[in-house]
Amino acid sequence: MNEAKPSFWKRDGVQSIIAALLCILIGLIIGYIVMLFINPAHAWEGLLTILENFFTFGSPAAQLKYFGSTLVKTAPLLLCALSIQFCYKVGLFNIGAAGQYVAGAGMCLYAALAWQLPWYLCLLLALVAGTVMGLLVGVLKAYCNVNEVISGIMLNWIGLYAVNMLLTQVKEVASPYTLVISSVNPSALLPTLGLDALFSKNQYVTIAIPLSILIAVLIWFIQRKTVLGYELQATGFNKDAAKYCGMKEKRNIILTLSIGGALAGVGAAFLYLTGFEQWSCTQSSVPAMGFNGIAATFLGGLDPFGTIFASYFIQHITSGGAFLDKAFFPSQITDLITSIIIYLCGFVLFFKMQMAKHHAAKRKPPKEPKPTVSDSVQSAKGSEA
Amino acid sequence: MVLLLQYTLIFSSVLILVALGGCYSEHSGVINLGLEGIMVIGALGGALAMKYLPSTTGAFWIVVISILAAIVFGVLYSALLAVACVNFNADQTLIGTALNLLATAAAAVIVKSINVMENPDNVSTTIQYVEEKKAFVVSWGSFEFNWFMLITIVLLIFAYIVLYKTRFGLRLQACGENPQAADSVGINVYKMRWAGVLISGLLGGIGGLVYITAGVSEWKFETGVAGFGFLALAVMIFGQWKPQRIAWAALLFGLFRALSNVYSGFDFLVALHIPGTVYNMFPYIISLVVLAFTSKNSHAPKAEGIPYDKGSR
Amino acid sequence: MDEPYAVEMLNITKRFPAIVANDNISLHVRKGEIHALLGENGAGKSTLMSVLFGLYQPEEGRIRKDGRDVVIRDPNDANALGIGMVHQHFKLVQCFTVLDNIILGMETTRNGILQKKDSREKILELSKRYGLNVDPDALIEDCTVGMQQRTEILKMLYRDNEILIFDEPTAVLTPQEIEELMQIMRNLANEGKSILFISHKLAEIMSVADRCTVLRRGKCVGTVNIKDTTKEELSRMMVGRDVQLVIPKQEQEPGDVLLDVRNVSVASRIHQTTNAVKDVSFQVRKGEIVCIAGIDGNGQTELVYGLTGLEPLRHGSISLCGKDISNASIRDRSVGGMSHIPEDRQRYGLVLDYPLEYNLVLQRYFEPEFSTKGGLLRRSAIRSYANRLIEQYDVRSGQGAATLTRSMSGGNQQKAIVARELDKNPQVLIAVQPTRGLDVGAIEYIHKQLISQRNAGHGVLLVSLELEEVLSVPDRILVMFDGRIVAELDPAKTSAEELGLYMAGGKNKEGIA
Repeated sequence: MNEAKPSFWKRDGVQSIIAALLCILIGLIIGYIVMLFINPAHAWEGLLTILENFFTFGSPAAQLKYFGSTLVKTAPLLLCALSIQFCYKVGLFNIGAAGQYVAGAGMCLYAALAWQLPWYLCLLLALVAGTVMGLLVGVLKAYCNVNEVISGIMLNWIGLYAVNMLLTQVKEVASPYTLVISSVNPSALLPTLGLDALFSKNQYVTIAIPLSILIAVLIWFIQRKTVLGYELQATGFNKDAAKYCGMKEKRNIILTLSIGGALAGVGAAFLYLTGFEQWSCTQSSVPAMGFNGIAATFLGGLDPFGTIFASYFIQHITSGGAFLDKAFFPSQITDLITSIIIYLCGFVLFFKMQMAKHHAAKRKPPKEPKPTVSDSVQSAKGSEA
Repeated sequence: MVLLLQYTLIFSSVLILVALGGCYSEHSGVINLGLEGIMVIGALGGALAMKYLPSTTGAFWIVVISILAAIVFGVLYSALLAVACVNFNADQTLIGTALNLLATAAAAVIVKSINVMENPDNVSTTIQYVEEKKAFVVSWGSFEFNWFMLITIVLLIFAYIVLYKTRFGLRLQACGENPQAADSVGINVYKMRWAGVLISGLLGGIGGLVYITAGVSEWKFETGVAGFGFLALAVMIFGQWKPQRIAWAALLFGLFRALSNVYSGFDFLVALHIPGTVYNMFPYIISLVVLAFTSKNSHAPKAEGIPYDKGSR
Repeated sequence: MDEPYAVEMLNITKRFPAIVANDNISLHVRKGEIHALLGENGAGKSTLMSVLFGLYQPEEGRIRKDGRDVVIRDPNDANALGIGMVHQHFKLVQCFTVLDNIILGMETTRNGILQKKDSREKILELSKRYGLNVDPDALIEDCTVGMQQRTEILKMLYRDNEILIFDEPTAVLTPQEIEELMQIMRNLANEGKSILFISHKLAEIMSVADRCTVLRRGKCVGTVNIKDTTKEELSRMMVGRDVQLVIPKQEQEPGDVLLDVRNVSVASRIHQTTNAVKDVSFQVRKGEIVCIAGIDGNGQTELVYGLTGLEPLRHGSISLCGKDISNASIRDRSVGGMSHIPEDRQRYGLVLDYPLEYNLVLQRYFEPEFSTKGGLLRRSAIRSYANRLIEQYDVRSGQGAATLTRSMSGGNQQKAIVARELDKNPQVLIAVQPTRGLDVGAIEYIHKQLISQRNAGHGVLLVSLELEEVLSVPDRILVMFDGRIVAELDPAKTSAEELGLYMAGGKNKEGIA
């Protein structure tokens, strides 16, 4: 755009960042107040623990190692967030990302443990599994007009139960957890390319981390620079106009949710193919990763780059929460803060809209009035046209 | 068989209550995707009431007070949705989702803190109410009648009358169908939408309490209510936003939910050797199938989901 | 004058962020008179009435009713003062009955239960007294537009309103329905009601009003007695110059058939089981403008959906330039030489949240000129193309090609669509109500564009509800009623009355090609 840039504080990006920081601040303050209620003596200490995360450790080597671990979990979160962001831009709320993530996890673990496949095939199968789950939501939405939130939730639970059943076949005999990949099939582990050395030999730091950032850039590129992005965004803004000009809006809905599913599926592979976690085959709730992605998406101002930072932040406090002293505070405190932040993000869109309206009214030259306020404001100038 | 009937009725009751909640909210024009969370908070309110009521409390008062607690919790919690969606035009999907996540997290934090306070070694999120729960139940032979079944029927009939026979119902529906028209005849759209959301909080709260007392005597709050709020929304859509149809839809869904609790009591079902997990999946699969067939020609209120802005007439 | 004015608006000024919509306007309405408010779109009529009805607060000025100063903060205040309004877009709940719509907000209850018996009697009594024929138990969604409007009028009468505002009430009616409405308005005035009648149609004002206040660009031009004035004088007061209402066009022999529609049936959007378009056949040839005339809701919308591919055909075939397109996709029809100026420009025609440049390539972004084989957008090509269209079609916007389309005025949004659709150089242009909601100047512009398409040897299919447009622009008129084409007329030899009769289904001409 070659127009004069609006002043620094009025830029959309800057406003998004201010709004995000505000949400974080308020979320933390409320979290702190809750902690004061629970255990006033240790509240401040607890809040610091959450915020410090790996800095809790004294030695730089340990810090680096746990920084690496936070990053390991940021990669899947980022992909879930991108999944939701990509769909939201097309006007679809992909709450099914959680189930798509579950499907990806189930598929890549089964491929690694039962079929002994190498990591790239496991990754591919996770992608396929996520895609299929997304595709289902898309088809139901496009052809049967089923609200994608409700079908997404249903599929989350169906996915969870199905994966629990599937992975029970490859679990350890004595525990509900799946077998350890490094002992059963090391070839399924994502390559580290020496990245582990950078983080005090944290063997879980793999190519997943740079790849996830690369995917964020790719999503940005698709949305801004390509015909596909142009079409999808048009469909998101105005489905009827998209249909009118010959875009296949049903195909676009299905495609969007499939891509969303693929992203979430890959996200799961990015975690489970590092060997960082094992799947518990008796878990009775859908993993939080997909839902935390919602927080990261909105906190990131619905922008792929913003999402990178927001994902890191969410994961940072989530990991920090794990260091809380269980005797003083429940670890769900960080879930609480995260969900408060999501709630506050609802107000951000309103707040930003108000600011934009305010500036638009100020900036607009008098000859171009607002067209929405009934015919009376369609200016005299316009009528000379 | 009696057991199946009993579970079907109690789960149907939950679905009817919560779906009616969604019904009020949507007829006022607000999509309440936070019902899941409202159920959790309502359940928390009821469970805490049962926990702290002195053991000498009579059955009647246990019922009344725990229901009131569920209502208060549910209504207050739904106010979070109302303020964001009615007054601040927030994205109703986003806020609903946030409330669902917040509810589980908040309930887990609260219950865990209480448990730890009582016993530093107890870091669970479980509340027990073995004795208190008995207050809700009257045994008729092998059938356990639950007072909530009666309450549900009363509230169902009440909802029908309110929506179709009263001034409030007429105005509420006008706000969900054409808020501009309602506004032009002097109806305060914001107030009506607040009312719709708060009533959904009330019913959702009771629904949560019924859910955690159906068949079990303790609840682990970190699991939430396992998508039951969304099943209720599916019931509402299947019921085309009409109380009488919601009742039938709820019975169907309730039956499938009940099966997962009692399938082991049926020899022919056991003989099929279907893993229990499959029964757990049933309600969700059924709802997907049902939605696929009923969403196409839906009679959803026309203005639902669209924030009302007095400025843009 | 002994009796005080029923309503006076004194020195009203209402400003919007970018414009003064009402600039020191005064208006005096006598009891029992029909007072017309005349002005172009954008002259400030609706704003003034919104101020009177309490929808807007004026920055300056005051309102007096029966000689007393009053403050009207919202529609409730207006109602309490006996001021009622029939809005241009009816404020009715579609799935409610006529009765429920009328009593909404004024319900009587006993023990909390609605009591509708007395209301029903009052409504029947009112409708008899003023000649307003309605069925209280019909659902609004099943009612004709005329009955919906009568419901709106009954809403005011049910509330015992004394001052009745009619905002462009005739825009959606047939000539016969308009005549009925005029009679109703006269009845109301005779019963002592004061009527404010907003319109830009001179003939109606001349026929029904007692006095007329003319607004232009937010200012009051004057108030005249209808007895003492002429159409021409009113027209000059309204526009401020002489307007070429009819654009001259050369006689021209139509050429080959471009669009051939045979026995086409299309399903109704509201009731999927019935057909809204029933066995329709017609042709559009090179160098002619064919107009589909009719009252809203007689199948025109569905016909256009069928032609453009937005809805599938139930039956029949369509060919474009000799090629069968009955089952072709929207994109194929567009690329094959069909352009479509849609009825609802904000719903279909534009992505309002896209910049103007993106909207200008909405039908062409996939062409090699604007995108690479690899699927990347050529942003600079889009920008320069947009700049050319903006220049050539005089589309005005705040920041040129990068302007957010939502921030543009309605007239310029429409010009952007026209520019996009014409610059495709279509063989057949389908223009649906292309001048709806535009002011005289913009209408003139769009009519000129349609005629120049015709002169260039293209075919134009115009769908219009405006009688004046139907009689002045096309070469042939096809009248549509109840999903069928009931007449083919020559605009030069047809009177408005005759056209109206066909549109209302009162007359039928057999044997149409």
